[in-house]
Amino acid sequence: MGETMDIQDTNTTVSGAALPQVGHTRNPGMALDMDWVKSVQANTSAIERRAKTLPGRRSVKKAYQAAWLLKAITMIDLTTLSGDDTAGRVRRLCAKAAHPVRPDLLDALGMGPITTGAVCVYHDMVETAVNALEGTAIPVAAVSTGFPAGLSPLHLRIEEIRESVKAGAAEIDIVISRRHVLSGNWKALYDEMAAFREACGEAHVKAILATGELGTLRNVARASYVCMMAGADFIKTSTGKEPVNATLPVSLTMIRAIRDYHARTGYRVGYKPAGGISKAKDALVYLSLIKEELGPHWLSPEMFRFGASSLLGDIERQLEHHVTGQYSASYRHAMG
Amino acid sequence: MEIEQVFETMDYGPAPESAAEALAWLVDGGDRFGHFIGGTFTEPADGFESCNPASGEVLATLSQATQDDVDAAVDAARKAQAPWARKSGHQRARYLYAIARLIQKHSRLFAVLETLDNGKPIRESRDIDIPLVHRHFYYHAGLAQLMNDELPGMAPHGVCGQIIPWNFPLLMLAWKVAPALAAGNTVVLKPAEYTSLTALLFADICQQAGLPKGVVNIVTGDGAVGEMIVNHSGIDKIAFTGSTSVGRRIREATAGSGKALTLELGGKSPYIVFDDADIDSAIEGLVDAIWFNQGQVCCAGSRLLVQEGIAEDFYTRLKARMDNLRIGDPLDKCIDVGAVVDPVQLKTITDMVDANTEGQTYVAKCPLPERGSFYPPTLITGLSPAATLMQDEIFGPVLVGTTFRTPGEAVALANNTRYGLAATVWTENVNLALDIAPKLVAGVVWVNATNLFDAAAGFGGVRESGFGREGGWEGIQAFLKPAAKPKALKPIAPHARPDEPEVADPLDRTAKNYVGGKQARPDSGYATPVYTARGRLLGHVGTGNRKDIRNAVEAAHKAAGWAKTTGHLRAQILYYIAENLSARAGEFATRLKDLTGKDGKAEVEASIDRLFTYAAWADKFDGAAHGVPIRGVALAMNEPVGVIGALCADEAPLLGLVSAMAPAIAMGNTCVLIPSEPYPLAATDFYQVLETSDVPGGVVNIVTGAHADLAPTLAGHMDVDAVWSFSSTNLSAEIEKASTSNLKRTWVNNGHARDWAGGHDAKTFLRAATEVKNIWIPYGE
Repeated sequence: MGETMDIQDTNTTVSGAALPQVGHTRNPGMALDMDWVKSVQANTSAIERRAKTLPGRRSVKKAYQAAWLLKAITMIDLTTLSGDDTAGRVRRLCAKAAHPVRPDLLDALGMGPITTGAVCVYHDMVETAVNALEGTAIPVAAVSTGFPAGLSPLHLRIEEIRESVKAGAAEIDIVISRRHVLSGNWKALYDEMAAFREACGEAHVKAILATGELGTLRNVARASYVCMMAGADFIKTSTGKEPVNATLPVSLTMIRAIRDYHARTGYRVGYKPAGGISKAKDALVYLSLIKEELGPHWLSPEMFRFGASSLLGDIERQLEHHVTGQYSASYRHAMG
Repeated sequence: MEIEQVFETMDYGPAPESAAEALAWLVDGGDRFGHFIGGTFTEPADGFESCNPASGEVLATLSQATQDDVDAAVDAARKAQAPWARKSGHQRARYLYAIARLIQKHSRLFAVLETLDNGKPIRESRDIDIPLVHRHFYYHAGLAQLMNDELPGMAPHGVCGQIIPWNFPLLMLAWKVAPALAAGNTVVLKPAEYTSLTALLFADICQQAGLPKGVVNIVTGDGAVGEMIVNHSGIDKIAFTGSTSVGRRIREATAGSGKALTLELGGKSPYIVFDDADIDSAIEGLVDAIWFNQGQVCCAGSRLLVQEGIAEDFYTRLKARMDNLRIGDPLDKCIDVGAVVDPVQLKTITDMVDANTEGQTYVAKCPLPERGSFYPPTLITGLSPAATLMQDEIFGPVLVGTTFRTPGEAVALANNTRYGLAATVWTENVNLALDIAPKLVAGVVWVNATNLFDAAAGFGGVRESGFGREGGWEGIQAFLKPAAKPKALKPIAPHARPDEPEVADPLDRTAKNYVGGKQARPDSGYATPVYTARGRLLGHVGTGNRKDIRNAVEAAHKAAGWAKTTGHLRAQILYYIAENLSARAGEFATRLKDLTGKDGKAEVEASIDRLFTYAAWADKFDGAAHGVPIRGVALAMNEPVGVIGALCADEAPLLGLVSAMAPAIAMGNTCVLIPSEPYPLAATDFYQVLETSDVPGGVVNIVTGAHADLAPTLAGHMDVDAVWSFSSTNLSAEIEKASTSNLKRTWVNNGHARDWAGGHDAKTFLRAATEVKNIWIPYGE
C-alpha cells in the first residue's frame, strides 16, 4: 500500500460531521413528570449481566467490521480538554478531525472521505477550532457550565453557554449538578437543565450526567429521564475526569431510558458515552449495544457520539490491518 | 459486500465459527463410532446416523447398543468399581481434576462439536455449556477430596446407570458422571441418540486422563438401550434426566428392585414479573429463560405471569425485543436462537402450538433460515390456566402468558401445575421477593435473574419434575448410601386369637383413628382385635380403609400452616410431647410389654430420647449459603416436603412411630402415620399424648389397619408428597409403583431391618423430611 498523503477535495460529499438530530425533530422537553421518574427501576445485577454477555452475542467480522469502524470514526467527538491546550494543539486536532484516516486506506477500503463527528474543546478554544474547521461541516462542541465539576455560580454557568454559542459552538456539553441527583432534588435538576437548554438556543445541548459520581444505576436512570424531560438533545455519561467513566452497564441504563422516552413522547434523544473507550473492539461493542437496544436510527452521528481522544488511533491501525493483513503501528498514522 | 454499503446499512454480516477441527475429529474416528466399554472403543456396529439439525447433514454413524454391549459395559463397570472406590478421595480427585483440565484445554472443540450435533448457538456452548462442564468436574474433584472427612459412614452405590437428554448433552453428562465418580461409583452412561458425539469425545478425554478402565462406560443407542440399563440387574442406581413420561416409566420399572433412583424431569416454570420490577431487565431475562437453547430447557421460564397493571406495556416491549432476536446458523457467533434438535421435535412444537385456539399469538418478525429445523420465537398471551399450553411442557421457543393481580394470586397461578422445577421472580422489593420465593413450589428460585447454574448449588425439582438434587453437597448424597450392610427384616404377624381368649378388662376402651386432631371412628365400621402373646384380648383397633386415608390426607393438608411455624415453636411442642409421654411412661411400658412381650421401659425411654433429638434439630437443621461464582447468594433452604405418609415399624410400636413422626413434624411437614400392624395400641394410646401436647389438629394423623391394604392408597394418593415404609411387610415394590401417580418421593426399606434403638441416623431422616430449595439472589446497587 502506498503511503502518500493526498489532500482530500473538501467539495466531495463527506460522511460524518453533522449537527445532532439533523432530520429529526429536536426533543422539546416536557413538564417534569415525577410519577414517571419515581417509577424508574434499574436492577444493577441484571444490567451487568446483559452488558457482560453482549460482546459474546454479537460479532462483526472482516469487511463488515471495517465498515463499522469507519462509521465509528464519524461518531467520534475528537476531544482535547487539557490545561495545556494551545491554539496550535487545537488546530492540529481539527486537521485530524477533517482527515481522520489515511486517504490510501480509504481508497483501499472503497470509501469516500469521512470526518469525525465533531471537535470538542473548552470555551477558550472554540473560536480557534471554528476557524480551523472552516470549510468542513464539522461542528465544534464546547464543554461548558463550569466543566468538569459544575460548581461555579449558576448565572456564570449559563453565561458561559451563551459565550460559547456566540463564539460559534454548535454543540454545548453541559455538566449537571450532581448534588441535585444525590439529594433527590429532581425539580432543581430539571430547572437547571431547562435553563441550560434555553441558553443554548439553536446549539444542541448534551447533558453530562457524570455517572461515576451518581452512586447508583437507579440514579443514572432517573437523572437521564429528568434531563430529557428538560430538553436535552443528548445525554452523555461523563466528563472524562471522574474516577469511573463510560461503562457498558451505565450505557445500557441510559439508552434504555432514551428508548422509553422515545416510546412515550416520540422524540429521539442522542447518546454519548465518554471516557475510557480507547479500543476499536470497544467501539464495536458499543455500536452493537446501540443497534440492539435502540435500533438502527441511533447508528448515526446525529444520534450517537463517542467522547474519545485515543480511540481513533486504534481504529486507524485496525483499518490498516484489514487492508494489508498485517498488524499496524501507530507512527504510520498522522497524529492529531 | 461493499464496505461503503455496509457503512450505510450497518448490518452484522456473517461471523462463522470454524467447524474444521470438530469435523476433523469426526474424520479421525472414521465418521463411525462404537461404544466406550472397559476403556476402549468397540468396533462400530449397526446403528443410526447423527445429524446436524441446522443443515440436516449427517455428522457420523453411531452404533446401536445390543444387550450384549450393555452387559459388557455393566461387567466392566462392576469390575472397576471396587478398586475405584478403594482409592482415596485424593486419588479420585486427581482424576477428576485431570478431566476438568483436559475439557478446558479442548473447550472450543467440545463447544463446536456440541453445536454441530445439537443446534444450539455457539455462544451458548462456548460461554455457558462447556464452562459449566469443567466447573462441574473441578467442583467434584473437590468433593472427592473432602468426602472421607465430611461424609463419614457413607459408601458408593456401586454401578450407576445414567441416561441423559439431548438438550445439554455434555453438561448433563458432567452432572451425572462427576458426582458418581467422586463418590466412588462407576458408570454406564447412555447419551441421547440425537446427541452422542460430545460423550464420545469425553470418552477420548477419559483415556487421555488415564482414568482406570471401566470406571466410565458409554453406550449409544435409542430408548431401548435405556431400558436395558434401567432393567439391568447389575446396576445399583439409576440417574435419569429427561421427560416426565419416561421418568415415570423408569420409576415403575425399577419399583421394588432396590435400585436407588434420581429423576430430573420436565417443567413448566413460572416467570413472575411484579409491577415494581426493572421491566427491561425482566424482558432481557426472558431471552435467557425461554429463548435460551431454543427453549429446550427443562427449567425454562416458559409460563409468564405479569402483574395486570404493567402487562400491556410489558407485552409491547417484549414483542419489540423478540423482533430483534437473530435466528439462524448456530455456528454464527452473532446468533441468538439456533436450530431445534431434530425435525421430530420441531414437529412436536409445531403441532402443539397449531392445536392451540386460545389467546393471542405473536411470532417474532425475525427471518428464518430456509432449511434446517428452526422455529420462530413465539409469545402466546391471554391464556387461561386451563389451556393446554399453560399446563403442558412445549420444550421449544414458545412463551405462554397470563396476568395476575396480587402476590397471592401470582403464587397461586405459579403453583397451579403438576411440575415444580424452577421459578423466576422479578421485583425490586426485597420483602416481596423473599416472601414469595419460599412459597413457590419449585426446587430452584431465581430472583431478578434466570437460568443461573453452578456446580456448588443443587439443581432439581419437586412434584412431577422429579426428585434428587444435582450439584452441591446436597447432590452428592444421591450417589451415596450408608456403608453398613443391611440385615433382612422378618415379617411380624399379630398374635393370633387363642381358642379361648382371656377376657379383657370389662371396661372397654375404644381405640379410634386420629384425624384432624380428633378421634375418628373408622369408615369401615369394622374393628380388629389385638391380643397379647399369651392370648389376652387387649382391645380393638379400627380397621382403616381408603376413605380413612383420604380423610387423614385432607386433614394433613388443612394443617399446612404448620410449615410456617418457627423451628422454636415446633421444638417446644416436641419437648412437650416428650414431657407428657414421660409422665405416662409406666403405662406405656406396660402396654408395650403386653403387645410385644418385651420390656417396654427401654422403648419408652428411647422414644423420649428421640423426641428430644428432633426437638433439638427443629431449629438447627440449617440450610446453606452456597459459594456460587456470582455477586450474590444461592440460599439452600431446607423446606418441608409437605404431607408425608409413613408405614411405621411393626417391631417397635412406639419408637418406630415416634422416629417417623418426630423428624417429619420437626421440619414442618404434616403426616399420616399407619402404626405397627401387629401392635397398634401403643399408637392409639399415643394420640392422647398428642392431644395434651398442643400439637395442632391435622399435623399428625393416625390410621390403623393392615399395611398391605392401606399402602397402595397412601402411595397412590396424588396429594401426598412422600411415602416412607418401615413395615415388616415388604411393600416396597407396590409403594414405588403406586408412587408414579404424582411421582412422590419414596423411602422404602426393601425388606431390610433398621436398628430403631441404637445408632439412629437422624440426618438421614431429616434429609428425607426436607427438600432443598436453592434461591439465587444476585445483588448490587
